Amino acid sequence: MTFTASQLLALLPLLLTTGAMVALMLAIAWKRCDDTAFVVTIAGLNLALFSLPIVMAQGDQGVTPLLQIDGYAVFYMGLVLIGALATCTFGRSWLKGYPDNREEFYLLLLIATAGGLVLAGSRHLASLYIGIEMLTLPMFGLVGYAYRERHSLEASIKYMVLSAAATAFLLFGMALLYAQAGSLSFSDLGLTLATTPAHHPLLMGGLGLMLVGFAFKLSLAPFHLWTPDVYEGAPAPVATFLATVSKIAVFCVLLRFYLAVPAAADPMIHWLLAAMAVVSIVIGNLLALLQTNIKRMMGYSSISHFGYLLAVIVASRLGQMPVEAAGVYLLMYLFTSLGAFGVISMMSSPYRGKDADSLHSYRGLFWRRPYLTAVLTVMMLSLAGIPMTLGFIGKFYLIGVTVDAKLWWLSGAIVLGSALGLYYYLRVMVTLYLREPGMQLRDAKGDWAITSGGLVVLLSAALVVALGLYPQPVISLVQGFQNVVLH
Amino acid sequence: MIPWYQNLPLWVTFLPLLGALFLLFVPKGSRRTFELGALAFTVADFLLSLPLWFQYNRHDGGVQWAFSADWIPSIGVKFSVGMDGISLVLLLLTTLLGFIVVWCSFTAITERHKEYYIWLLVMQFSMLGVFITQDMFQFYLFWELMLVPMYFLIAIWGGPQKLYAAIKLFLYTLAGSVLMLVAILAIYFLQLKVTGKADMSIASFQAMAGVIAHQSHTFQILLALAFFLGFAIKVPMFPFHTWLPDAHVEAPTAGSVVLAGVLLKMGTYGFVRFLLPIAPGATKELMPYFMTLALIGVIYGALVAMIQKDMKKLVAYSSVSHLGLCMLGLFALNPNGITGGILQMLNHGISTSALFLIVGIIYERRHTRLIAEYGGLSKTMPLYATVFLIMTMSSIGLPGLNGFIGEFAILQGAFQAAPWLAVLATTGIILGAAYMLWLYQRAMFGPISETNAKMADLNLREIAYFVPLLAAAFWIGLYPKPLLNVLEAPVEKLVRQITPTYYDQVDLTKGQKEAAKVGMAGMPAPAEAETHEEAEPSHGGGH
Repeated sequence: MTFTASQLLALLPLLLTTGAMVALMLAIAWKRCDDTAFVVTIAGLNLALFSLPIVMAQGDQGVTPLLQIDGYAVFYMGLVLIGALATCTFGRSWLKGYPDNREEFYLLLLIATAGGLVLAGSRHLASLYIGIEMLTLPMFGLVGYAYRERHSLEASIKYMVLSAAATAFLLFGMALLYAQAGSLSFSDLGLTLATTPAHHPLLMGGLGLMLVGFAFKLSLAPFHLWTPDVYEGAPAPVATFLATVSKIAVFCVLLRFYLAVPAAADPMIHWLLAAMAVVSIVIGNLLALLQTNIKRMMGYSSISHFGYLLAVIVASRLGQMPVEAAGVYLLMYLFTSLGAFGVISMMSSPYRGKDADSLHSYRGLFWRRPYLTAVLTVMMLSLAGIPMTLGFIGKFYLIGVTVDAKLWWLSGAIVLGSALGLYYYLRVMVTLYLREPGMQLRDAKGDWAITSGGLVVLLSAALVVALGLYPQPVISLVQGFQNVVLH
Repeated sequence: MIPWYQNLPLWVTFLPLLGALFLLFVPKGSRRTFELGALAFTVADFLLSLPLWFQYNRHDGGVQWAFSADWIPSIGVKFSVGMDGISLVLLLLTTLLGFIVVWCSFTAITERHKEYYIWLLVMQFSMLGVFITQDMFQFYLFWELMLVPMYFLIAIWGGPQKLYAAIKLFLYTLAGSVLMLVAILAIYFLQLKVTGKADMSIASFQAMAGVIAHQSHTFQILLALAFFLGFAIKVPMFPFHTWLPDAHVEAPTAGSVVLAGVLLKMGTYGFVRFLLPIAPGATKELMPYFMTLALIGVIYGALVAMIQKDMKKLVAYSSVSHLGLCMLGLFALNPNGITGGILQMLNHGISTSALFLIVGIIYERRHTRLIAEYGGLSKTMPLYATVFLIMTMSSIGLPGLNGFIGEFAILQGAFQAAPWLAVLATTGIILGAAYMLWLYQRAMFGPISETNAKMADLNLREIAYFVPLLAAAFWIGLYPKPLLNVLEAPVEKLVRQITPTYYDQVDLTKGQKEAAKVGMAGMPAPAEAETHEEAEPSHGGGH
């Protein structure tokens, strides 16, 4: 196989990330120093991020049968890299108090990020599988990074066992599809399966099993059970990564797969997806209502948010702008989650045992840390989809897609979900402004705003508000990157 | 570039936001700075809004002061402002109440002044924004944004059950408004399909009425219901009213005043601006149900108000009753009813706000709102008793005060549309007189307790903020003509949007018009002459 120069250039983000990975391994082997590790990681990820314009300039490039670097891929690579960079900065503050080896945190993070990049461009079941595994395996280590904490270790083991089971489903589903179509690339699958009679058992079985795997990674009901425990147990920076990068990348490949393989729109699968969307929205929101742990609450909230996004997939063959809507919504979700988890990270940094995740730790925070609280308030409003935040633009698009596709009952589920969701976001907001309790367990450091993590948090808040007021740049950006090459 | 004074609505709206930003950068500590700062900004805003009254062209029912700029071109959203007469009167009511609520908070708010006044100003900004907007997207933005400051005003400075009340308020209204968003988007995509261009302006939505009328019956009904729910929860109409008493009881006085005075008007304004012109067909079909709900609200609200032991709750339920009446007028879908409904919005804004201020004043002195705790206050607080009496009379619609004009027009309109409902609605008005007078009697007359005897009468500041409300009550009651002139053209336009042939019919049946005049002549003095004139313009539109 020969590579042209533009194909190599198209691979730049991936190459730079893996390059940073190797450099970091060598650096660790030579001399342990968490500052160096941080610098190498940040430099690698930043270079990868800034190489995206170069990649874009190459036009659509199919690199090997495995990867398709088109506008769609570049956009999601951007999201993945931004999420990973933010996680690094949160991680750095958190690791300051961590009494063990700190460098591997960055290494695992880089591997997972590379997995996310692969998924963003994946057009082949093999690269899909490689990407998902590269993304998931390092997460076991990251979730259990604070292994001295019982919760963290438990979460790691739980995530590992369940994830392995889900991967097995995914793999088996792929095998069935291969048996039917004789190929693993999305476009071949699309072409061959288009002629297969509807409701073919092998096809339905394959797609169904793959759906189980995807649903697990995206924590869609009824495969969501791991989510709250893992979110709670994972250190706050890792939970950030789990909520953003890992889910965004998997969603990206699911949407591409769904668009490329028309058989996936079989009525049976369509209804299955729709039912999962509704159930995820309802269950996620209902279970979040009574949480007193903010990380668990965010876990349930992410279940419902991916339920909303699944609605976009369901509508994607009926409406005009599913890719645009998914892009806008995920961009919103990324910045909002970064802000929200960033605040939790700030509160839990540096590492001092269990994270500051009970709602009680946030009581009256406004009267001590007004700016940090303002950020969290904005993020809660954005997640709830209140106007003047980016969240509203996301919700606007979301409802727009379902209305355009005339899926009224899905619109109804989203309406119900937003009303339910508002309740627990408001509960967090209320807590922030209550009178302070007498004793204070955990608090953000006084100088949180001038740490790199603090800057990321403030920047996300500024973006969420500014783009909520003037969303045109977001929409133009997403429209500029929405060309999906399917064949 | 248009000179700034021709763009006044924009300045009036953004001045409070400017004030909020200004206060944000004032260091904490000096309570006086925030109080006076907020007052200065709101008074300036009120003064700035007054010229609008004179700039307004009374012969043009369309949008005036129009200004628009691109905002989100991809989805056809513009930053678009402009007002007609209906928006104008509500905007003026808002700016008037704006400085009153700041002023009444000087002693009531004892902690966290900075945040409080900032939220009040943001509240003011978002409410004004709703009235000046000419774009659906922008409207929805302001419509929901409003909830955030209100939520904080109740959740931080409210009573013992404040969290419950604040969350309930937010949840109820949000659930309704998201449904409305679905309806908005449904029209948007329909328009995109029909005309091929993305446009979110209110005018283009209203222009869609013809296309919507040709959609399937179910679509029309669902569309109307989605809008209806969004607005009915905000009004609130029976049976969606349960958030209102809770929110009122827990809110600080200023919060209650804003809530009753302006926030509830958003719902009724929404009906006037969106539901009626956009889906007139379905609205007409659903009119009997809507009117029945409004009527139930009138009577139910009054009955529940009668048995309240808590003054604030009583006033809150009276709101349910009064707004029911307002909706009854609007759904009559004729000029009298709609004009009456709009007047009722204004009157309710004046008298109920004043009543909340009145309750707030004795609450500040005694820290209880139980009616049983009071009695004989007229002996020690004569000025207070006078203001209370005038506002009670205004609330029950005594001729010569503002309440009467609105109620009369509503009943007239409702009688034309559904005579029996109008007849039943009068019982609500009678009940209204009963609970208000009974409240007044229990609180103001009878023996006075020792604690109550020590209560101080109104001070200068309190008198000062009642003066504009009293003046407005008398002005509307005695000489409503200028106000009716302002409303005439936009109401006529609205009625034409609902029933294009309405005025032709009226012209053909001159007798009906004469009959209306005869009906007017039988009205009791002293408002006779004025109301006679009042009826003139709202009927004369067909010439």
